[in-house]
Amino acid sequence: MNSKRLALVMALVLMLSTLLSGCGAKAEEVTVIKLGVIGPLTGDYSMYGTSVEEGAKLAAKEINAAGGINGKQIEIIAYDSKGDKTEAVNAYNRLRDQDGIIGLIGGTFSGTTLSIKEIAKTDNMPVLTPTATNGEVTLDAANIFRACYTDPYQGATAAVFAAQELGAKKAAVLYNIEDPYSEGLAVAFNEKFSATGTVTNYEGYTKNDADFKAVLTKIAAEDPDVIFLPDYVAKVGVILSQIKELGLDIVAIGGDGWDGIEADYAEVAEGHYFANHYSKTDEYEVVQNFVKAYETEWSKSPSALAALAYDSTYIMAKAIEKAGSTEAAAIISELAKTDADGVTGHVTFDANGDPVKDISIIQIVNGGHKLAAKVSGN
Amino acid sequence: MDRKILKNYAINILVIIAIYILLKVLMGTGVISRYHQGIIIFIMINIILATSLNLATGFLGQLTLGHAGFMAVGAYVSAMTAVALKANFKGMPDLVMLIISLAVAAVASALVGIVIGVPALRLRGDYLAIITLGFGEVIRVVINNIKATGGAQGFTGIPKISTFDNVFWITVLVVLFLYRLTHSRQGRAILSIREDEIAAEAVGVKTTHFKVMGFAIAASIAGIGGGLYAHYIAFLDPNTFNFMRSVEILVIVVLGGMGSLTGSILAAIVLTIMPEALRSFANYRLLLYSFMLIIMMIFRPKGIFGTGEFSWQGFYDRYQMRKNALLKREQE
Repeated sequence: MNSKRLALVMALVLMLSTLLSGCGAKAEEVTVIKLGVIGPLTGDYSMYGTSVEEGAKLAAKEINAAGGINGKQIEIIAYDSKGDKTEAVNAYNRLRDQDGIIGLIGGTFSGTTLSIKEIAKTDNMPVLTPTATNGEVTLDAANIFRACYTDPYQGATAAVFAAQELGAKKAAVLYNIEDPYSEGLAVAFNEKFSATGTVTNYEGYTKNDADFKAVLTKIAAEDPDVIFLPDYVAKVGVILSQIKELGLDIVAIGGDGWDGIEADYAEVAEGHYFANHYSKTDEYEVVQNFVKAYETEWSKSPSALAALAYDSTYIMAKAIEKAGSTEAAAIISELAKTDADGVTGHVTFDANGDPVKDISIIQIVNGGHKLAAKVSGN
Repeated sequence: MDRKILKNYAINILVIIAIYILLKVLMGTGVISRYHQGIIIFIMINIILATSLNLATGFLGQLTLGHAGFMAVGAYVSAMTAVALKANFKGMPDLVMLIISLAVAAVASALVGIVIGVPALRLRGDYLAIITLGFGEVIRVVINNIKATGGAQGFTGIPKISTFDNVFWITVLVVLFLYRLTHSRQGRAILSIREDEIAAEAVGVKTTHFKVMGFAIAASIAGIGGGLYAHYIAFLDPNTFNFMRSVEILVIVVLGGMGSLTGSILAAIVLTIMPEALRSFANYRLLLYSFMLIIMMIFRPKGIFGTGEFSWQGFYDRYQMRKNALLKREQE
């Protein structure tokens, strides 16, 4: 019985502390400008959400050190979504009602961003998502912008790169049919590449597949110049390992899901290319300053998501500063006029709120990143 | 129905109306913000899902692990119906659109429930659990591969017509229906199957018939829950309805008590609020959430209410009993 009593006491203490902490958050005067971040901070995809949070917090720290926005400090409030839509909606509602955010840097995934899209539209909340790449996110929503390029744009750019820079005539596509990101890139690549060359194989797999030797052998029989692998590191690493095991002589091209591949799969990824939002080895001053600042602040190397969140926070802060008020309509119209240089390139927004910018193509050389080209998908 | 039951119903209906008015007043005065309102809607949806799963698992005694599959069928069918209605009948009132969409979703889910149930319910225990688990995955893969559902890219443009009012009353109706069902002749037949299937068959209960019926009703109500979810979030993708979703619903049922509707309601409230209430603990909240689940299971291994139901009458009776006992002790 004693252990039960102890457990009960612990549970009560927990509950009390949540109640008490809930009371502290009363609305105060607008002396700080609050920006919300929503992303998967726990669970399978926590590395993505954490990157976004860290990127945004770093930018906020720098802006605050430089005097803030019109003398007001920025505060970043980050909530976990677990990558779950229900949680994302709750987190967004909480940011708006309990915390009183002025703008949202998020969500991190397309799915969670789409689930808060309708609510944010009704609220006319200025939303700048750093990383939601699904085409639908910014459609018919004047208040929603994004800092990353869309899946179709990225897929098309990879195709342009393969055809023009690598001179490929035949390409194979191997993608994850269950993943919207992978599918979006594959469809766009297929369409764009077919205009100038032939797509010899267009093959899909599901997320639990682990053996690709059969399909790779089938692809090898057609002897394509390049293979397009639009998926995340965990899967791409496995596929590249098997390409190497089979001894296939083929160049692989991927999307920004490859970011960080050199950490675990440097050997098998050697020589292959992927499209990314920025290159860590870019000589450009803004990029180098960011990489240094990030490494000092969080003692790790910044991912592309962190760079996008960093840029997003700067863009949002600039818009609030220019608007001269915290009124949503003014901020949104300033966001639309954005014309800024960031870590991930020069950003202007088109009519939908999608960025118009070049894509960096990176080659893995000696286990590190090498900027191979900057390509436009149009 | 005798007078006591009628009185009980009257009390419960009054309590429900009082809760509704209270919530409306609090919303009107701004004490309940839209943040809380959103949570309340998710609570209602979870109540619908959990009570329907309770019918299959708690009352019928069939362990199913694919409830999210039925939810997915309901969500997608309801969303597509609403999109079609919106395109073809301009100016249709939201409530009518919602009711038609949910009705279609309920029928579709029930049909799927029957198709799965007829072969699957010949199996018992673990086997049924595995079949339903498989079914949940199959539904997800099918949705991933159909053009009409948008595949992995998700389904957008769903009319956002679930509001607090309609979700509240639909939940009340669902729970009332389930309560009446479990206390009817059919309900007793269903219970007898849980208690002892062979004995039930021996006294003439058509076990296959009642098993499929219970399963189909559970599926159809899960479809309604899925529909309300679709019309609240206004975006669907197949990953929403993965295996973990089924487990979440099952956790609510087990925690509330297998065979207790009021238990499921209470557990749905607690388990929906908890992750939100724990937000101030940042990244530790899911750890705490799991910890709390363990605590609750240590104290109430049979669930909060076991197989019993909470009722005001029972509350009152117990109060009287204790008062009498005290009086008696004083007299001695």
